[in-house]
Amino acid sequence: MPLVYYLGLSAFMFTIGILAVVLRRNPLVVFMGLELMFNAANLAFVAFAAFHKVLDGEIFVFFVITTAAAEVAIGLALIVAIFRTKHSIDLDQMSQLKG
Amino acid sequence: MHMEVMTVTEPLFRLAPGVVFLPVVGILLNLFLGERWNEKVVGWIASLATVGAFGVAVALAVGLTRHPEGAVVPLLTWIHIGDFRVDWVFRVDTLSVVMMLVVAGVGALIHIYSIGYMHEDVRHQGDPRRFRRFFVFLNLFIAAMMILVSANNFLMLFVGWEGVGLCSYLLIGFWFEKGAGGIGNALAAKKAFVVNRIGDFGLLIALFLIFANFGTLDFEAVFRQAPQLAQVAPGILTAITLFMLLGVTGKSAQIPLYVWLPDAMAGPTPVSALIHAATMVTAGVYLVARSQALYIEVPLAQSTVTWVGGLTALLAATIALGQYDIKRVLAYSTISQLGFMVAAVGMGAAVAGMFHLVTHAFFKALLFLSAGSVILGMERGHESGHHHQVEIDVQDMRFMGGLRQRMPVTFWVYLIGALALAGVAPLAGFFSKDEILAAASAKFPAVFGLLLFSALLTALYMGRQLALVFFGEPRSEAAEKATESAPIVTVPLIVLAVLSVLGGLINLPGSYALEHWLEHTLHTVEAIPFQVSIAASSLAVALAGLGLAWWLYGRRPLPSPRETDPLARVLDGVYHALERKWWVDEIYHALVVRPYHGLAHVLAQVVDLGFIDGIVNGIGYVARRLALWWRQWQNGYVRSYALSIVVGVVLIVAYLLLR
Amino acid sequence: MILGINGLIGLIALPLVGFVILLFIPSEAKKALRWVALLTSLATFVVALGVLAQFQVGNPNLQMVVRQPWVRIGDVTIEFYLGVDGLSLLMVLLTAFLTPIAILSTWSAVEERVKGFMLFFLLLESGMLGVFLALDLVLFYIFWEFTLVPMIFLIGVWGGERRVYAAVKFFLFTMVGSVLMLLGILYLGLQTRTFAWDALLQQRGVFAAAQLWLFLAFGLAFAIKVPMFPLHTWLPDAHVEAPTAGSVILAGVLLKMGAYGFLRFNLPLFPQATLQLAPWMAGLAVVGILYGAAVAYAQQDVKKLVAYSSVSHLGFVMLGTFALTAQGLAGAVLQMVNHGLSTGALFLIVGMLYERRHTRQMSAFGGIWKIMPVLGALSLVVTLSSLGLPGLNGFVGELTILLGAFRSTVLGSPWFAGVATVGVILAAVYLLTMFEKVFLGPVRHEENRTLPDLNAREVLTLVPILVLIFWIGLYPQPFLNLINPSAEQLVALVQSVALAAH
Repeated sequence: MPLVYYLGLSAFMFTIGILAVVLRRNPLVVFMGLELMFNAANLAFVAFAAFHKVLDGEIFVFFVITTAAAEVAIGLALIVAIFRTKHSIDLDQMSQLKG
Repeated sequence: MHMEVMTVTEPLFRLAPGVVFLPVVGILLNLFLGERWNEKVVGWIASLATVGAFGVAVALAVGLTRHPEGAVVPLLTWIHIGDFRVDWVFRVDTLSVVMMLVVAGVGALIHIYSIGYMHEDVRHQGDPRRFRRFFVFLNLFIAAMMILVSANNFLMLFVGWEGVGLCSYLLIGFWFEKGAGGIGNALAAKKAFVVNRIGDFGLLIALFLIFANFGTLDFEAVFRQAPQLAQVAPGILTAITLFMLLGVTGKSAQIPLYVWLPDAMAGPTPVSALIHAATMVTAGVYLVARSQALYIEVPLAQSTVTWVGGLTALLAATIALGQYDIKRVLAYSTISQLGFMVAAVGMGAAVAGMFHLVTHAFFKALLFLSAGSVILGMERGHESGHHHQVEIDVQDMRFMGGLRQRMPVTFWVYLIGALALAGVAPLAGFFSKDEILAAASAKFPAVFGLLLFSALLTALYMGRQLALVFFGEPRSEAAEKATESAPIVTVPLIVLAVLSVLGGLINLPGSYALEHWLEHTLHTVEAIPFQVSIAASSLAVALAGLGLAWWLYGRRPLPSPRETDPLARVLDGVYHALERKWWVDEIYHALVVRPYHGLAHVLAQVVDLGFIDGIVNGIGYVARRLALWWRQWQNGYVRSYALSIVVGVVLIVAYLLLR
Repeated sequence: MILGINGLIGLIALPLVGFVILLFIPSEAKKALRWVALLTSLATFVVALGVLAQFQVGNPNLQMVVRQPWVRIGDVTIEFYLGVDGLSLLMVLLTAFLTPIAILSTWSAVEERVKGFMLFFLLLESGMLGVFLALDLVLFYIFWEFTLVPMIFLIGVWGGERRVYAAVKFFLFTMVGSVLMLLGILYLGLQTRTFAWDALLQQRGVFAAAQLWLFLAFGLAFAIKVPMFPLHTWLPDAHVEAPTAGSVILAGVLLKMGAYGFLRFNLPLFPQATLQLAPWMAGLAVVGILYGAAVAYAQQDVKKLVAYSSVSHLGFVMLGTFALTAQGLAGAVLQMVNHGLSTGALFLIVGMLYERRHTRQMSAFGGIWKIMPVLGALSLVVTLSSLGLPGLNGFVGELTILLGAFRSTVLGSPWFAGVATVGVILAAVYLLTMFEKVFLGPVRHEENRTLPDLNAREVLTLVPILVLIFWIGLYPQPFLNLINPSAEQLVALVQSVALAAH
């Protein structure tokens, strides 16, 4: 299969991810959007690695997966903490970061 | 210090700084040690300091008989920057020593008188602790006045000039919690200082002009170069003399700046006698006499000064007719007599001016001190009377009357002073006034007319005052119960009365002692021949004025304080104008004081807070509005931040791809 | 050298030593804090006197120079460069003289957070001395901004009701000017590859073309600090809100930094622009003299009145500076000292009244001389000094300034001085009005009857100032001897450019 198919799928996943982050108010969905974007990037890395016959891309993907795992852990912890104080996980309720 | 070596020929001249330093010693002693001393010690220390200064002045005069050319006695470099240099240097010459003798002589008598006067006054006013302060101020005045007259340059003269102004301020406001509305005295003091400052402004400008054009402020050097400048730039010399005149009108209470002097009567009576009659106010006369070398080069300035003097003499004499306060009459009389002196020095008759200055110092100090004795007598009568709760003005002549029998010594000395002032021969005032009139008739006939008429009015208002105060029947219980003052008050009066009788001797026609004395300093002196016709007319108007006063006030004495003044019946509406002092104070208030007050408030409220600070706060406001607008972008929604990040990334990528 | 250390370094370092000592004293030990601060500032004053003793009178050049390379950026070296000459020596002495007095005045006035107050005060002293001693532009700028910080906190923490507004206003005004000055400094550094004052002086030709802009950039910073009309509106607010000691230092020293800046940098470095703009600056100065005096007259608050009087007095300083004559310049430097003394004393007096009555409205007083004779007498002298009575210090400064301006060829007209002389009348009007409303007249308020007169400490804060007031008034020559050589050299420097131009 040509590289462009993989990249097309990657771009498609990334767009869905962005839309999920920007449009949805549920933090869990936002997280899923984030994961989609990570994985879109991972897919592109792996595809390029296969195409160029080098290992760099695969190695990078390991790092990304690790970082993503850590990020999800912290993110979920934050959500739990916020739910405890606010009794809601609606993102629009968390608008105190305004000027 | 780089003092050029000057040889002082006469050892006595080395004493010159003493005229300033002895009073300063008096100040320091009383200021730092006087708290523990009783009134007698304080008073006598101050008096002795002044007597000492008088002694020094006498010694200097003795020295001058041997070395009439005088000397300058250097003390210290004062200010020296680049080509500007002014020193503390004492000038001993015949003119300055005449002034020193008058200041210290009359000053010493008034110091001694004050020991008695202030003893009563501080108790009457209810703050005995201020006795010491009075004598400190009085000594300060003597020191400042001595600096003024012993200066060898215009700047040192200016130091004394403003120094005596300060003392005037302090002493007018001596009872600063008294007067109309409790603040009257303080306001009078402020008025005196500010009006004098307007005059000082003129003197300062004159000083700058002198330095800018002569390169020095030393008398000798300036006067030496004056004829040269008159050739090259007569306009500048005119400016110098006229600005100087502004200073003179301030200090010597001439039109247009005389308005402070009548209010200055708020000060204790010895102050009125010493500062506001005998010495300080004559400083302007002294300045013009000292600067004769400048004035004779500028005929315009000479005639201006003469006219100012003549008009002031007349205006003040008219106002004096309409006053009821015993001291205010004398105050306007002082202004009028200063007008005579200023006119004299203006027309170049400096000796006549100085002569009148000296005799006036004697008889006007006498009149004021006697008036003080009258006031004390009235106060004693008021306090011993049954109705002393009823507030009456013990200085108002309408409440007096019949004091001749009750205060005989005061009456006789007052009579002598009044006759001397009126110009009755052979008292002191006759000779000096006659000399001025003679000079005027020769040079300024119109001013001669003004002065002669003023002389008539002088005799009239003094006659009126004598009649109201001493003759007729007492018109209040205070006058009824008035008693004669103690010897410490009356003895100086008697001394001054003797001087007022004999003062004419110093420049009697024929001997012209003062003229020959001053000749050494005032090189431009022209002899004014004694004219029988002038003397006769001057004596005639004096007697006419007194006669008129007797006809109006003496024949039928004022029966009660409420009665209309007999002169008012004759003059009607004009008399009202005199009583109101021609509304000059009101006019000044409307033209100067109120506009400045308004301007200051407009500047403070509208311009400063409104406009300038408005711009500042406006910039702050705009910045704030902009920030408020921009901060709407920070709406707190995480997703919108994410969106803006995406938009930003897209834009950057697009730029990188498309460039 | 004093104890083997250059006196100038000692001057800057000593307050910092005191600062460190204060850090180790617990906040509750107020007495110890006060004494340590006072003794530190007194020791600094002694060092300043030592500097005076070593100063060669008659030498117009910089003396006791300390010069070390400090920071190197590329080929540009920022130097640690200190020195003192006739223009700065009196400012240094004034600073070191007023600081202990100001600290002594806080003895009972500052009860809250004494430690912080004293810490800031010593920092401030060190910074101010640095400003007057620094000869490298970057070093100067650092000290210049360094003084800002403690002053803001002194106003903003220990100030009156609107202290935050006043502190922010003060900060922003100063910053606006400083930023432009920083740009000017950077430009100079980039053009000449040096920030050192004497090196810049020699390379004036390099930046001659940009003189006008540089003058304006530096001038704005200095003019705001002076403050010159119409940049003065921060001053009344800052003064009204500042604690007494802050006002004393603000009026006494901080304002002088602006005037000193003109003398040290604008005049010698940008002489052409100076000559060109002198009539404008002098014109603004004259407007400031009259305007400040008129507005002062309209005030009800004593402190505001004194603040506006500063605008008027500093107008004289600027007039003398831009007269560019020996008399004008020397008079300006002397008048800076005079203003520091008399206005400092006036603020002390206002503070003493405020401590007793907790108001500064003149209508709340009246007849105070009767109740507090010592304060009345001392205030009288200070008031008279401020209105320029001959025989007291203010007169000597004003007279020489006016005399210098009157025949200044640079200004080319006696009108500047002539109109400014009207300020002498107006000064008498507002100062005597103030004296009358506060000290004269009857006692109008019952609560004033029991006010205690000055205690020994308060008298002690005023007496040294009074001694100098009389000394400078009667015998100013020792002071002028310090100023004259440097002032004359500066005039010659600027005038030589004028001659070269013709």
